[in-house]
Parts: sequence; C-alpha cells; structure tokens
Amino acid sequence: MSTADPPVTPAAEKAAPGARGAAGSSRRAYLGYVAGKLAGAAVSLFAILVTSFFLFRIIPGDPVKTMTHGRKVDAEQLAALRRQYGLDLPLWEQFTRYVGDALTGDLGDSYQFNEPVLDLIRERVPATLLLTGTAVVLYSALGLWLGTRAAWRHGGLGDKVNTGVALTFWSVPHFWLGMLLIIFFSVGVGPLPGLFPTGGMESGGEEGPAYVVDVVHHMVLPVLTLVAACYAQTLLVMRSSLLDEMGSDYLTAARAKGLRDDLVRRRHAVPNALLPTITLVFVNLGFIAAGSILVETVFSWPGLGGLFYQALSVPDLPLIQGLFIVYAGSMILMSVVADLIYPLFDPRVGR
Amino acid sequence: MTLLDVRDLHVTYGTGAAAVPAVRGVDLTLAAGQKLGLAGESGCGKSTLALALLRLLPRPARVRGEILLDGEDVLTMSWGRLRAVRWAGASIVFQGAMHSLNAVHRVRDQIAEPILLHRLETSQAAARRRAEGLLEQVGLPAARGGAYPHELSGGQRQRVMIAMALACDPRLVVADEPTTALDVMIQAQILRLIERLVAEHGIGLLMISHDLAVLSDTCDRLAVMYAGRIVEEGPAQRVFTAAEHPYSGALAAAFPTVGRAADRRAPQGLPGDPPDPARLPGGCTFHPRCPVALETCAADEPRLREAGPGRRAACVHVDSVKEAR
Amino acid sequence: MSTEALGEEPGAEPPDTGAPAKSAAPADSADSAADPGALAWARRRRSAARFWRAYRGQRAGLVGLVALAVIAFTALAAPLLVGSDADSVTDAPGTALENPSTEFPLGTDQFGRSVLDLLVYGARISLTVGLLAAALTVGIGTLVGMLAGHYGGWLSGVLMRVTDFFLVMPTLVLAIVLATVMSRSVTTVIIAIGVAAWPKTARLVRAQTLAIEARPYVERARALGGGHTHVMRRHVLPNVLPLVLAQTTLVISEAILTEATLAFLGLGDPQVVSWGGMLQDAREAGAISSGHWSFLVPPGIAIAVVALCFTLAGRALESVLNPKLGVAK
Repeated sequence: MSTADPPVTPAAEKAAPGARGAAGSSRRAYLGYVAGKLAGAAVSLFAILVTSFFLFRIIPGDPVKTMTHGRKVDAEQLAALRRQYGLDLPLWEQFTRYVGDALTGDLGDSYQFNEPVLDLIRERVPATLLLTGTAVVLYSALGLWLGTRAAWRHGGLGDKVNTGVALTFWSVPHFWLGMLLIIFFSVGVGPLPGLFPTGGMESGGEEGPAYVVDVVHHMVLPVLTLVAACYAQTLLVMRSSLLDEMGSDYLTAARAKGLRDDLVRRRHAVPNALLPTITLVFVNLGFIAAGSILVETVFSWPGLGGLFYQALSVPDLPLIQGLFIVYAGSMILMSVVADLIYPLFDPRVGR
Repeated sequence: MTLLDVRDLHVTYGTGAAAVPAVRGVDLTLAAGQKLGLAGESGCGKSTLALALLRLLPRPARVRGEILLDGEDVLTMSWGRLRAVRWAGASIVFQGAMHSLNAVHRVRDQIAEPILLHRLETSQAAARRRAEGLLEQVGLPAARGGAYPHELSGGQRQRVMIAMALACDPRLVVADEPTTALDVMIQAQILRLIERLVAEHGIGLLMISHDLAVLSDTCDRLAVMYAGRIVEEGPAQRVFTAAEHPYSGALAAAFPTVGRAADRRAPQGLPGDPPDPARLPGGCTFHPRCPVALETCAADEPRLREAGPGRRAACVHVDSVKEAR
Repeated sequence: MSTEALGEEPGAEPPDTGAPAKSAAPADSADSAADPGALAWARRRRSAARFWRAYRGQRAGLVGLVALAVIAFTALAAPLLVGSDADSVTDAPGTALENPSTEFPLGTDQFGRSVLDLLVYGARISLTVGLLAAALTVGIGTLVGMLAGHYGGWLSGVLMRVTDFFLVMPTLVLAIVLATVMSRSVTTVIIAIGVAAWPKTARLVRAQTLAIEARPYVERARALGGGHTHVMRRHVLPNVLPLVLAQTTLVISEAILTEATLAFLGLGDPQVVSWGGMLQDAREAGAISSGHWSFLVPPGIAIAVVALCFTLAGRALESVLNPKLGVAK
C-alpha cells in the first residue's frame, strides 16, 4: 500500500484543515473517474446497438423470410415488405437509419401487436420492476446474511448445510421450481387446497388496499421462486470474501479491544467483506429485467419477461430486438452505477 | 504487587498426534511500571505468547497454565470479565499497523471505539475528542484523525496504534515487534515515544522483538525465548553484553553494536535454522546449533537455574561458569 | 504454488510432445530426446497421484464424480438399456399421460411414451450440449485471456474492452437471441451458449497468465530467446490448464441449465428428446393445471442432479488446485 499522504494544497489545508482539504482534491479526482466511467458506458451502449444490428439484420439472412415464415408469399409482396422495412437500402444506410431511429426512441413496430415496440415495453416495465425488484432486495439480503453466518462459522455443520442447500437450489432450473410451486400451492395436491393464484398479477375488480393485498398475494410464489433460485450466488460470494478476511490482524485487534464476537463481525469484518459483494448486488439489480424471463413466463406475469416469451414464439424480431436492447442496456447502466458507488464504500479507492 | 505473573504457560496447536507445541512452560513476571523485553527468532513462540496473554489465540490453540493479570487468572475468567480486561487492563501494539488497523474506518473512530466500549466516555463526541488528544500525545496533529489508515505513512500508522493502545489507560501494554516494519530513523522515534509514554503513565511494558539491541536499550529486564521456552532471563544490559546462554550470546552477536570489541573481531550469525516446533530435537532444543554443546546436551533438557544475581539461564554450562568464578 | 506443481496434469500434455527437445537439446547429446521425456512422464504420474490423493479428500466432489460416471454410463448405454425406439412417437407403448405403474415407473408423456425411458435418452443431449458448449466457452475464453495476458499493450486493451462488454451482457438473453435468429438445431444451442458465456473464463485466464508471466522462469525462458509461441505453449498453457479445467467443470453445469432453459422456451431442436423439452411438453400438455406431477418432476430433478454434480466436482477441483482461491462463483 502507498505510504504517501494524499496531495493537500497548502491553501486548502489552511481553509479547512486535514481531512476536509484532502476531500476537496479527491472530489475532483472522483469527478474525473465518474466522467471516464460514463464515457465508457456511452461506448458500451452504442456497442449494444451495433451488436443488435449484427444479430438481427446479418445473422438471420433475410429478415423478411423469417417474418413470413411458413406462409406463402409472392415476390411482389416480399418486395413491398422489404421497402416497408427499408431492407432494399445498402447495409450501411440501413445501419445509420437504425441507429438514428434507436437514438430517437423509435425501435420499430411489433409484427405481432402492430404497435410501436417502445410503447409495448413501457407498458410492461412497472410489473417487472415490482416483481424482480422485490426479489433482488430479498435474495441479496438473504444471501448476505446466510453467507456471513456460513463464513463466520466455516467448516461447521451450519456452514455445510447452508452451502449445500444453496448449491442445490442454484442447480435447480427455476422455471421448474416455479411450476412445482404452482402444482403444490396453487392447484393443490391431494387434500391440500390451492393457497395462491396460479398466475397473473391481479384478480381484477379490486381497489385501494384490497388491490395491494391482491397483488402481493399474486407475487408470493414468483418472488419465492426467484429468491430460491438466486440467493445462492450472493451467499457464495459473501462467504468467500468474508473467509478472505477471517484471521486478518485487524480482527484480532478488534477482539483485543474487548469487542463482542458479533460486534467484531458486524463492525469490522462485514464492512470489509462487503466491498467485493457490492458490485455483485448491483449487477443483480441490472439483472432485474432479464432475470425473470422464465419466472414471468411460468406465472403469466404481465411484465417484460412474459412479453419476451410471446415474442419468441412468433418470432417477433423487432420486439425481441427492442427487449434485447433494454435488457443489455439496464445491465450496462447498473454496472456503471456499481463502479460509481464502489469508491464511496472503499476509502482506498480514490474518490 | 506483580502486574503480570505467567506461570508454566503451555500453548499447543492441534490435538493428538498432530499437536504442535508452540509455548512449552514459560514463567514470566512483570512489576507495575517495569519494562520487560522478550527476545527470540521468528517461530520461537513469542507472538503466540503475546496473543495468549489476552486469550486471543484462534480456536485450534490449547492454552494451559496460569496468566495472572493483577492477580486475576486470564485463562479462567468469564467471557464478560475477559472482555472488560481486554484493552482496559492490558492492550496490545500489534506488529504491522497497516493490517492491524481497519482499512474502512477513520483512525479517530478506531481509537474512540474502545473508549466508548469501556465507558470511559459516554458520548461519541467526547470519545472523539479524547482520541484526538491521544493522537496529539503520540505526536500527530488532531486533524489526522479524519484520515484512513492507507492515507498515513508507516510511522504515522504505528503512532496511531500506540495512541489506540493507550486509549483506555491500561496497566499493561504488550508491544509485539512495534518497530519491525519501519526504517531505522522512524524506529528510534517510535521507541523513544513508547519509552516516554510508558514512563508518563506508569504502565508496565512487555516488548517483544527479535532485536536484542533494541530491547536492551529500552527495557529493564530481558527474557530470551528459544523453541517455546525461556532460555535466559536477567537485567537487560547484563544479558545483552554478557550472555550466560550460548543462544542469547549468538542473538546478541547477530546485531553488532558499535564499540563492543567482540563484534569487530568476529561478526557472526547463528548457523542453521530455528527448529520446527512439530519436530523438536531431543535434549536441549538448542544443541544442534550450539557451538559449545556437550554430549549430554542431546539427552537432557536443562531447566532454568540461578546464574548470578537476578539472573537465570537454562544451560549445562551455567554451573561450571559459576564455579569458575 | 500448487497450481504450478500440478501444472503437469495429464491434460497438460498434448501441446508439448517434442517441444522439450527443442528447448533443452542444443547443449545436450542424442539421449536428451528420450531422457527428459521419461522424466517428464514420471513427474506427471507423480503429480497426478498427488492430485488424486488431494481430490479424494473432498467428499462432496467425490460424490459428484461418482454420480457423473453413473449418469454418463447410462447416457452412453441408453439404446441398450431402454431400446433404441423409446423416443418414437408413432409406436408408443402406452396411452397418453398415464400415472406411474409397474410398466411405466414414472408414467407416460402426452404421446404415451415412457417418461423413464425419455429421461434416460434426455441425459444424452444434456451431457452433449453441456460438454460441448462448455468446451467452446472455455476455448474462446482461454484464447482471449491468454492473448490479452501475454501480449499486453493495445491488443490486450481491445480484447479486455470486448470481454468487459460481453461480461455485462445478460448471458441468457444473448443465448436466447442467438438461438432465435439461427436455425433450430443442437449445434445452434451449443453455439448460442458457448458464445454467450465465455467472458468470465477470459478474465480468469488473463489474470492467471499475468501471474505466471511474472515468474522468474518465464523471464529466463524469454531471455534465452523463447518466442511468443514458445512461452505461451510451454509455460503459460500448462499452468493455466488446471484452472481452466476447474472452470470448465463449473461452466458445464451452467451450460446444462441454459440448455434446459432454451429447450423449455421452445428454442431447442424439436427432433431431439431433452429434459428441458420434456418440461415444455409437460407444461403444454397441461401437467400443471391437472396436477400431473409425475411427468413434471423427474426431468427437473435430473437437470438439478447433473448440474449439482458438475458444480460439486468443479468446486472440489478448484479447492484442490488452488486452495487460496475462495470458491467464488
């Protein structure tokens, strides 16, 4: 580690002695860092447009064939369709048009719904945010908590059970888990009555508090599925990063000060071990959109994932493309947020 | 009244056939306000001993014997009492301040933490003020308290460690290699600082180092450890300049002193490596490396015995030396 | 350290036959060709034995390995065990959606085929796709990681930017999109998974490459005139391989899960019986609403067991090869 003191200008030192002066100059460094990360994100977002153009215009060959697949279409209709979608233009012109449209928020029209893709997506976003946002918060908290416990008593029975159960849930395909939950808790097996709705987000006709209760009732099983499927990763990362901290001298020092074991863990070990985990939590937040495709499908949740599944079965290429951009874009945004937030937690990284 | 009285202390890592003895029957006493140096090569058990004093060793270590701190046995006291004794009764200046300070907390808060914990102050603000006062005592501007450990130099971090050790006015401070990682100029500063503070506060000091010269300079008495045992004990300057045990002599010679005739003629290190605690040689554990070993040394391990006024040593040659005098 | 010691795994041997003579021969005489070879073999045998002893100590990993052996055998012997026409729709032995019986221990599917027989057949596709997709992923990842780590400079910069870009891409979405825009086949599924999942391996391999190239013996090899290819093949690759092996095992379980997901979404090869496809069939045949769990439960358990076995084996490998590396996944 560097032994040099942070650069403190004499003037700043006088105006605000010590730490505050250092904060002034490092704030400038942090702003530079932010600008760099934002520029990187802009490049990545553009790269997503390039990738999606490549994926949807070049790999499939003739999109019009895909569009009409199965149906008999004569040459004239094909040509008309080509003109309609601008496919008769040279490739580079298609590309610039496509990028221009995408940047102005025009992602084309869905084949299936004959509606602008962006409107379709916008309608579905709240449902997905509600479902996966809840799930991410819950499974991150659960993973951090169990991971901390497992590492603190590593090698013990609790650790083995915890890790084993997490790995098992991680190996289970979560759409299958969702279907099992539906069978057992919605349809009911034998004498067991169905306790929860089989799918959807609301029963309809409810208002006010009753509506909220209804939505929560619909959310229980899908959220449970997502939590079971995803908490393992957080648990394992937290466990291994806390294990790295175990036996560190500063923990012995904290014990020597007379701190209780749980205070040593909470105040000293966990804040250090959390640092590598923060990034993961934010990546998971970015995963909010894409993480629930299967669960939304199984539970007929009216969100982006369900829309994606509908688009796949056609396949409705403009809609898939639009969703691809949304999914990938949200990942990139969240990883930038993680990069920007990380230095605020770790004083060793310049802020 | 003795401040610290260690009686027949044993520390063993692991159990059964895999048991490795790290400390094998150590007796130590330290009076209040006195300074005792504990010397030895790395792996001789001196750091294990330091951690054992506050029961800080990890789980697989087994500790046997008595550690009386102000007459109370640390090894048998309840967890609650032990936590109260930690830092308020005895504190530790750890080696390697970089790793012993928590990287994500400001140093002021790390100093204030035990102050609040042991209820020397009840408000956060008062504890911080006290921490800043301590920082000034160790020669750092109070404003540096807002810094994180990585923003300080090695010497500054060690000063923070010392301020932290003094936070609860302990009766005993254990300094485990407090200057090892520092360069020579800073080392001298830190040693003088420790000496001054210990004298001002009337604290008992147990200083651990491999550097006999440093210890003899700072401490009143000196104990030399080899393979988990004390092999020599006595007044610091006497042990350093006229060792009774050949190991102490070799350790002293490993750090040449200006003006000592022997160093000019024969600067020497010690041949061989310290023994593996898992496979200690039979008899006197030092005999394979000893320049004056006799045949009996391979068979019997000598106990500590009187070797002059206030001195003890564990060597077969001790009696003959005394008789010759 | 242990990675270095175990660098000479059996798996590490293909690229270096003949190469030792090239590096050591100039000073030595004729027997040098045979002798170092024999020595190297003895050393490899020893380290393989040491590796096996360490692996045996990992109980969970051992269980995973044994279970995988059984499953692999079942998959290979499927035509012998259940007959080669178990997946035929036209002459199915039973009626649709029967409950478990002595003839059909797990009941039948919507065409009247035995679910147990289908399960055995499904293992073939699951393992094939899992292994090949993981091989593709790890192949791309190793190549990119080694090139980026070895050459440095602008090439490394560009490669790592690309890697980071793909790293934040949602893997499943990318695989789904690839599987959608290409024709439906097993190859498509393998490519879709392989292309979507490589960046993690690339990062790992690059870090390991950098660590290895900082070692003194690599500097020595370079000082003695070893070219890029020589250094990468003789020094970097053998030392990267153990890590890559562990990584492959972990990637396989992810690949198997992704394969099941793609098949469940109807993006797999419709001609082939697969566990994910069985789940899709079960769902479409109304197994959920009718509570017909005997069709639904077995394929899911099969997927979970295989994925778990590979994960356990991979974690055991990782902790044997690199005990310091916390098993971060």
